[in-house]
Amino acid sequence: MTNPVNDKYETHEHDVLIIGAGGAGLRAAVESLTYGANVGIVCKSLLGKAHTVMAEGGIAAAMANVDAADDWRTHFGDTMRGGKFLNNWRMAQIHAQEAPDRVRELEQWGALFDRTDDGRILQRAFGGHTFKRLCHVGDRTGLEMIRTLQDRGVQMGIDVYMECTVTRLLTDNGRVSGAFGYWRENGRFVVFKAKSIVLATGGIGKAWPITSNSWEYTGDGMALAYAAGAELMDMEFVQFHPTGMVWPPGVQGLLVTEAVRGEGGILRNKNGERFMERYDSKRMELSTRDVVARAIYTEVKEGRGTEHGGAYLDISHKPAEYVKRKLPSMYHQFLELADVDITKGPMEVGPTCHYMMGGVRVEAETAATTVPGLFAAGEVAAGLHGANRLGGNSLSDLLVFGRRAGMAAAEHAKQQGSPVIDAAQIEEGAREMLTPFERKDGQSPYELHGELQETMQDLVGIFRVERDLDQALLDIGHFKERAKEFSVPGSRMFNPGWHLCADLQSMLTVSEAVTRCALARKESRGAHSRIDFPNYDPTWGKQNNIISRRGNEMVLQQRPTAQPPPELQKLIEAEKGAKA
Amino acid sequence: MPNVVLRIFRGDRDSGQTADYEIPLTPGMVVLDALHYVQKHQAPDLAVRWNCKAGKCGSCSAEVNGRPRLTCKTRMDSLPHDKPITILPMKSFPVIKDLVTDVSWNYKVNRKIPAFKPRPGTDWRIMQEDVDRVQEFRKCIECFLCQNVCHVLREHDKHDQFGGPRFFVRVAGLEMHPLDGLSRVGLLKSELGLGLCNITKCCTEVCPEEIHITDNAIIPLKERVVDEFYDPVLRLFRKITGTETKS
Repeated sequence: MTNPVNDKYETHEHDVLIIGAGGAGLRAAVESLTYGANVGIVCKSLLGKAHTVMAEGGIAAAMANVDAADDWRTHFGDTMRGGKFLNNWRMAQIHAQEAPDRVRELEQWGALFDRTDDGRILQRAFGGHTFKRLCHVGDRTGLEMIRTLQDRGVQMGIDVYMECTVTRLLTDNGRVSGAFGYWRENGRFVVFKAKSIVLATGGIGKAWPITSNSWEYTGDGMALAYAAGAELMDMEFVQFHPTGMVWPPGVQGLLVTEAVRGEGGILRNKNGERFMERYDSKRMELSTRDVVARAIYTEVKEGRGTEHGGAYLDISHKPAEYVKRKLPSMYHQFLELADVDITKGPMEVGPTCHYMMGGVRVEAETAATTVPGLFAAGEVAAGLHGANRLGGNSLSDLLVFGRRAGMAAAEHAKQQGSPVIDAAQIEEGAREMLTPFERKDGQSPYELHGELQETMQDLVGIFRVERDLDQALLDIGHFKERAKEFSVPGSRMFNPGWHLCADLQSMLTVSEAVTRCALARKESRGAHSRIDFPNYDPTWGKQNNIISRRGNEMVLQQRPTAQPPPELQKLIEAEKGAKA
Repeated sequence: MPNVVLRIFRGDRDSGQTADYEIPLTPGMVVLDALHYVQKHQAPDLAVRWNCKAGKCGSCSAEVNGRPRLTCKTRMDSLPHDKPITILPMKSFPVIKDLVTDVSWNYKVNRKIPAFKPRPGTDWRIMQEDVDRVQEFRKCIECFLCQNVCHVLREHDKHDQFGGPRFFVRVAGLEMHPLDGLSRVGLLKSELGLGLCNITKCCTEVCPEEIHITDNAIIPLKERVVDEFYDPVLRLFRKITGTETKS
């Protein structure tokens, strides 16, 4: 069937289109290529700049190179315990079982990890992991991973569309048929026809002002999936990493890797007290991220914070050369940006919005969403991490489920004919994008972004309460109205103000979903802490929040969490018994 | 704190000029913070490429007061405030808009380099000492500042005959990988034009990752090219024995 839109807009056709070129997207691309699919990958930035590049600490995989007693069962149990048993058990199982092979594969593609004395991949300790489990390269593991995958993909003949943003998915009778977007460079529109689409767009950190995430992390994949009819799950679980920089203002939120604590870093308040004793005396600094983040927040709130409102994190008791070798980018980051030499004195740190446990609901085996032909892997997908993610489980997540998504997307594409594109959907996408140029003196996207961030930080932050969440929903409603009045000066040529208008639509959708889920879950669990419901609720411990779209209305329902089979249940029971 | 003036290039590949923006300083401010301030308050369409804002992604390269820098790691308090701070796009690449340049040429060069290929039968045991020197090359964040300052590209415009320091670093990382089984020495001599480099070390000076590009990557690679192509004894030896060696 010929398509009238082809003449009007630049059009590309692929078996598999991957949106996002971080670890999950690139790993999916490599796998789809292996299965013989014709693959295109679209990314908002240049290739190799995605947020994976910032991942520091390592990849969690039970390789047992350092602690021989480790195996996938322990990793599975740690992941379930860290996630407060709200995880998709099957994803946690697959993840723990397959992560070691995915790491070895990276090595076979040229990645060079730090080594043990007998020449194997070195593993370090991390919060919530029973054994030394994180395969790493100093504190730049993500860079090593993304370069390796990038080189592999390029070598295999991947088509890369850099600095290109997808603003809507195209569907045909409820199935995915393509995507519509624009080139950041010249603002021209572009259409992708695809039999399968893999979302690998990462998280939503930019809806908060204090975040470790870059400008790209605006929840695009979740908003695209939601608009196309897919379900979102567990959106209340937003991870605040305990240690972001707090000073100077320009770097507030910038990540301070958990590897600092993994290598022996100690947290103290302004009185010099090692306060983690009061919050988790067993695991101390290596408790899970939700616990450490709340501990630092509480210390500051109760007047024991540092000069700039954080806690002290100190690694200076280790030899200077060791610190520089194991934490080189932390050393430079603090020296150059904060005038602090971490080999001589403590860093000041505080919680920063870091990671989204929730996201698009997927099948464990295939990463398939509820929309035929649409897959999701990595941070954009929900399930593996439950209510709280363990450090190191993200990079392994990208590899394990990126691969599975790529495989399933290629298989799905084999069974499909050429996709049919609906011209009306494209015209609607184009019209929606162009409205900010049509009016003068309308709403500034920068201003609205600032207000949304303020609402999310103040009302939907680490500690939540019904009154605040109600107010946040009202605010978001008003923001959505004002977002219809955006106007931007300038042309379509590389215009960041215009780009932000599109990104804000995604941020508003995910912010609403987060707030609705947070309001519904009347308990505290993992990263979700309600002041008005401070304890676990057994009913909520067995159900997930599910968001879907009905017309223009966001619908929230609860669905029972699938329970693992008896042999795995036993592992979890043991873990529950061991719970600190 | 005082106000300062930023003098920023505004324009595209056809035309443009600098424009002045006065902004208030804040403690610890970096140049990228200042550019974001301008975007938010004065020029919403100011084109700037950036990502991590932590010196890890290498997106925000520009020329600050004539010096190629990552703007996210350049402190405002390291620059004189009594005159405007000039911020221009990288000179060696075509301007797209304002501070954003077209760096796609780099990705084309990269495609020419054969990826890692392990030697058959390797057991994947590698000692840290053998990894150390390669890990230095793998620190590269692809900010392309080395490409930007290299005379062969910046003054002589030999983009079609020369790979540039970034890709000598990449090849060095592959050639010195303890388990790699390919040789890229021929590629270095021909398509990547390693011979055009006259080791002035400009690339090393601007590298934000402090990779010793000239000493540790380029010079050893030049030695390998010499061994492979210009050593008469080795050449004769190979001719007689019919062997190829990987150095």
